[in-house]
Amino acid sequence: MARAVTTQRKAINTAFAWGVGLLIFFPILWTILTSFKTEAQAISDPPVFLFFDWTLENYAAVQERSNYARFLWNSIIIAVGSTILGTIIAVPAAWSMAFVPSKRTKDILLWMLSTKMLPAVGVLYPIYLLFIRLGWLDTQIGLVLVLMLINLPIIVWMLYTYFREIPGEILEAARMDGASLKDEIIYVLTPMAVPGIASTILLNIILAWNEAFWTLNLTAANAAPLTAFIASYSSPEGLFYAKLSAASVMAIAPILIMGWFSQKQLVRGLTFGAVK
Amino acid sequence: MGRIQLKQVKKSFGDVTVIPPLDLTIEDGEFTVFVGPSGCGKSTLLRLIAGLEDTSDGVIEIDGKDATSLPPAKRSLAMVFQSYALYPHMTVRKNIAFPMKMAGVDKAEQDRRIEAAAKALNLADYLDRRPGQLSGGQRQRVAIGRAIVREPAAFLFDEPLSNLDAALRVGMRMEISELHKKLDTTMIYVTHDQVEAMTMADKIVVLQAGVIEQVGSPLELYRTPRNKFVAGFIGSPKMNFLEGPEAAKHDAHTIGIRPEHVEVSTTEGLWQGKVGVAEHLGSDTFIHVHGVPGCDPMTVRVGGEIPVHHGDTIFLNPNLEHLHRFDAEGLRIQ
Repeated sequence: MARAVTTQRKAINTAFAWGVGLLIFFPILWTILTSFKTEAQAISDPPVFLFFDWTLENYAAVQERSNYARFLWNSIIIAVGSTILGTIIAVPAAWSMAFVPSKRTKDILLWMLSTKMLPAVGVLYPIYLLFIRLGWLDTQIGLVLVLMLINLPIIVWMLYTYFREIPGEILEAARMDGASLKDEIIYVLTPMAVPGIASTILLNIILAWNEAFWTLNLTAANAAPLTAFIASYSSPEGLFYAKLSAASVMAIAPILIMGWFSQKQLVRGLTFGAVK
Repeated sequence: MGRIQLKQVKKSFGDVTVIPPLDLTIEDGEFTVFVGPSGCGKSTLLRLIAGLEDTSDGVIEIDGKDATSLPPAKRSLAMVFQSYALYPHMTVRKNIAFPMKMAGVDKAEQDRRIEAAAKALNLADYLDRRPGQLSGGQRQRVAIGRAIVREPAAFLFDEPLSNLDAALRVGMRMEISELHKKLDTTMIYVTHDQVEAMTMADKIVVLQAGVIEQVGSPLELYRTPRNKFVAGFIGSPKMNFLEGPEAAKHDAHTIGIRPEHVEVSTTEGLWQGKVGVAEHLGSDTFIHVHGVPGCDPMTVRVGGEIPVHHGDTIFLNPNLEHLHRFDAEGLRIQ
């Protein structure tokens, strides 16, 4: 009988998990559906779910009105660039915190994380002024740097947790074998931490890709990424929901596909090294 | 060459001194074993020599040159770790090649040395496997192979056999001893197992709480332990200690007699007691005897099998030639 109860419980759990999953996915699904409706159907009341006249006219309109490729290119540069730059800085930082911790290492880690506790708008003014002074407004380099700095605490934290899982004796063995610090990081630590580094990079590309506050505030036309592309379809008047949805789908499609193919790495990344 | 000299070497972690100033010389080609109970500082001492820990004070000389502040890589020492510490992402071949790659040895010479090491350590069939696909004994051999190819001035072993099962341990013990005879290189070996120490060492360093209790050959330590600690630590089963009137008869605070130096009789003897547990090993029988004044229980070793049962009364005759006498401080009385 015990067996039967287990099966039943399993069925309930499965149904519940699917329910939660669909609930979370619903807004994305609705956006995708809306992008195929006409503007009138998009705001019809009661809303239509599946039985409407499927159309591609929104995608055509979006294509005609804006240069999708340029926004996409900016997004790729900003997301990938800031992540790679951040990783290059974070690997040695996480190494030292994981393997030669000092009395204050924990405090430093916490302090780094505390920068994420401030709402971004709190530092918008100083950063904006700095950008004006440096001539970085609406430039790719400016955004790469600012997003790198914003995600750096997360990259360091994630790498730190992964590195902590690597036994110190192996690094000591490398030192005994004549490896310099650089050799130790290149030949031993990094290859062993590849799964961790990969999930860190993936997660941070996604975070940087979706980052909207800084990308919207610090760009105009030249360096605007896909977040700005979406925002440009929101307007205070007229019918725009269907076109906005089409733009949204086009903006999230690349990252959604990338995420789908790297699910395994991502789950590991999101659990912050807690699951082996 | 591999003569290692420690002069007044001291190690503290914060306010805690784990190794008070200590002097020790390890001669070239010697097989030295650091032995002691866990937490006695033997591994720390090895790590100081390796350069994996910094000394708090004192000088470490390798072949007459001051190596105190040299990084591990520059000391020309090779180390075999308890956990083997192989590189999991590299094949056996690459693991063994790694120290040579770091030293910039040319490719042909690398291959020659890998082949030689693989042959000597029975690893030839496994060179393209990864450590994860090997058994414990094979991993240990890879770790040794990685140490050999560097042709170091000295080998450091940190409890290398403690992760192996008993049978394999005996085998590897022999292999390491063989290796030492063949290479004739200085080896420093850390263990808590006094049997390993006795069977392998040219010289044993017995440590307790960071202090060297005695340095000597295995038989020196067995025959003339400097104090009660060494007397009790070296030898298996442990030496029996008697205090009180029995010790006073020999003008000592404590007397010690090893289990193998006590004769058992069913009719007469100096001491009388009752048999507790008897461990029948076939080749030997260890009898724990209760009721001997000043020592309860006393362990005695009898060669072969002896028909004694729990509760039997037996008599014990110590071989007085092998009696050890200690004063109130636990130091040996000559």
